[in-house]
Amino acid sequence: MADVRFHQVRKTFGKVTAVDDVDLDVADGEFVVLLGPSGCGKTTLLRCLAGLETVDSGTIHIGNRDATDLPPRRRRISMVFQSYAVFPHMKVRDNIAFGLRMQKESSQVTKERVESVAGLLGITDLLDRYPAQISGGQRQRVAVARAIAIRSDVLLMDEPLSNLDALLRMQMRAELKALLQELGTTTIYVTHDQTEALSMGDRIAVMNRGHIVQVDTPLAVYDNPTEKFVGDFVGTPPMNFLGARVESNGSGPTVKVGGGGFALDHADGLTDRDLLLGIRAEAIAVSTEPGEGLIRAGVVVVEPLGSHNLITARAGEDLLKISAGNHFFPEPGSDIWLRLRPSHIRWLDRETGKVIPVAAGATA
Amino acid sequence: MSIRRRKQLSKVALYTLAVILALWTLFPIYLITLGAFSTENAIYSYPLQLWPHHVTTSTLSFFVNSAGVIPSLERSVWVLLITLTLSLGVGLPAGYALARFKFPGANFLRLGVVGTRAFPIVILAIPLAATFIRWGIDDSVLGVSIAHTALALPFAILTTASIFSGISVELEEAAMTLGCSRLSAFARVILPLALPGLAASAIFVVVLSWNEVFAASTLTVLHRTLPAQVVAVLDQALLPYRFAGGFFLLAPPLIMIFVIRRFLFGMWGQVVK
Repeated sequence: MADVRFHQVRKTFGKVTAVDDVDLDVADGEFVVLLGPSGCGKTTLLRCLAGLETVDSGTIHIGNRDATDLPPRRRRISMVFQSYAVFPHMKVRDNIAFGLRMQKESSQVTKERVESVAGLLGITDLLDRYPAQISGGQRQRVAVARAIAIRSDVLLMDEPLSNLDALLRMQMRAELKALLQELGTTTIYVTHDQTEALSMGDRIAVMNRGHIVQVDTPLAVYDNPTEKFVGDFVGTPPMNFLGARVESNGSGPTVKVGGGGFALDHADGLTDRDLLLGIRAEAIAVSTEPGEGLIRAGVVVVEPLGSHNLITARAGEDLLKISAGNHFFPEPGSDIWLRLRPSHIRWLDRETGKVIPVAAGATA
Repeated sequence: MSIRRRKQLSKVALYTLAVILALWTLFPIYLITLGAFSTENAIYSYPLQLWPHHVTTSTLSFFVNSAGVIPSLERSVWVLLITLTLSLGVGLPAGYALARFKFPGANFLRLGVVGTRAFPIVILAIPLAATFIRWGIDDSVLGVSIAHTALALPFAILTTASIFSGISVELEEAAMTLGCSRLSAFARVILPLALPGLAASAIFVVVLSWNEVFAASTLTVLHRTLPAQVVAVLDQALLPYRFAGGFFLLAPPLIMIFVIRRFLFGMWGQVVK
C-alpha cells in the first residue's frame, strides 16, 4: 500500500513532448484513471511510473520513497499490459508464480498464493495449460492474476480491456472493479474509453497533449468539464457547445444563441464577449410547441436507442444532440423547441475553450 | 478454361516444379552416398548401378585412412566450433541491440553489416592471407575461423535481430516489472522464446563453416580443413576418394538440419508471438 506523487514530470521523445510537467497525487488505496485520446501521454506517464521509461525531469514518489531513478523491479509496482504479455513458454501456473519466484518466496507460499489468485479470477481450471491453449479473455485474467499475486504497492493497468470484445469488456469491467475494491490496492488505470473511466475510477485525470487538464470524480468531470476538450471527450454523446453571447439591457441579461434567446438571472463576467454555452444532451427539455424562453431547432435525424431517443437538431449554425423519451419521434425537417435547463449550463470562453467560473446559482 | 480446371493445372505445375527441384538436389546427394558406400569395382562399373548390391564401408575407411584426412577433419571441427562461438558471441548481442535499442548509427551499422557482403571472399582472401602472415596466424585454425566468422557474422547479426524484434518488448517489460533485471528478463523470457530461431542461425553458421572451401584453401598450406584438403588433392584423387570425401562434407550439415528442424517446429509450435 502506498500513495503516488508525480511532481513536474516531463518526458520527451526527440522533439515530441509526451508528458509535459505533470503533477498528480494519488492517495493510498485510490483508483485513478488516466483518460485521454491516443497520443495524449497517458501511457507514457504510466510507463514512467513503472520505470520502463526514464523521466527527463521531475520526480516520482511511491509511498515515501523517491522512485524516480529506481529500476522497475525495485519500485514495488506490478503492471497489466495491453497485450497481456503472458509468457508463452510457461504454463498459466508458472506465469502467475513468476513474480513470487523472483521475490524468492517459499514454494509453499507461492503455491498457496497462485491457487488463491487463480480462484479470485476464476482460472483455477486453466493452471496447467499453456497460454496458446486459452482464449484472449482468459489470458487477460492470467495477466491480472500475475500482477496481483505479488501484492505490489501500486497496480498499473495499461488499457487492460481494450483487446476484449464489447460484451466481455463490460462484464470484465464490473468484475475488475469489484476485485480491486476488495484488494484496496492503489491502482492507476490507463484508458481511452471514457465509459470505462466513468464507471471504474474513484477519480479521473483527463489528459490532452501531455498535460493533465482536469482531475476530478467521474461525476464532476462529466458535469463540470473545465474545458471544451473534456466536454467533447467525456460522455456519449459529447457535451453540446453552442456559440452564445450575453447581452445586458434594461430588462436584465439575456442569452442569444442561434435559434433564439432566454433570460438570465446574473451575468457576471459573461457580457460582451464570445461565449460557448455547454450543455449535456439530457439537460435539454424538448417541446413541440413554441413558448417563452424556448429555442427553436430543426430536427435533422432521430435515432431510437431503446432506453431513449437521440435527436440531432440544428439551432442556428450549431448542431445539438438531445436525449428525449423513447416514444418521441418528431418528423425530420420539422421544428422543435428546446429549454436548456439553466442549472446545467456551463459557460466557456470561445477563444480559449476554458470554463468561465460562475458563482453557484448565477444562472436563472 | 474453367477456373476449376485452371486451378488443377496450376497445382500440377506446382508439384511438377517441386519434384524437379527435389530431384535436382537429391539426385547428386544420392549418387555421392551411393558411391561412398559401394565397393571400388562397383564405382568403376559400367553401366552405373543405381542400386547398391554390396553396401560396404571400405571406401569410407579408405578415405578416412588416407594421409591428412583425420587431422584436417579435426581442424574442421575446431574451426567450426570457434566460428560458431565467435559469430553467436558477437552476433547475438549485436542483433539484440539492433532489435531493442535506438542508438546513433544503428542504421549505418545495419547497412555496414550488409555491406561487408559486397566484398566477396575471392577478393578478400589474398589481402587477408597477407595480413594473417603479418599477425603470425597464417596457415592456422584461428586464421580460418576468423575468416569464417567474417563471412557468417553479418547473417548472424541480421537474423538474430529479426528474431528478437519478433518477440514482443512487452514480455520483457512484464518480466522487469515482476522482479527481473534486464539481464534476467532476457535469460528467463526472451532467450527461451528465441531459441528456435537462434538454433536456425547456428545451423547456417555450421553449414557455412563446414563447407567453406575458398578462404580455407587460400589461408592454409599445410594445415588444411577438410574441404580444403579434399579440393587440394582432388586432381590426383581416385574416384572412391572423391565420393567418400563428398559424403563427409555433405552428411554432417544434412544431419544437423534434420535433427534441428524437428526441434524448431516442435518447440513452441507457432505460439511465439
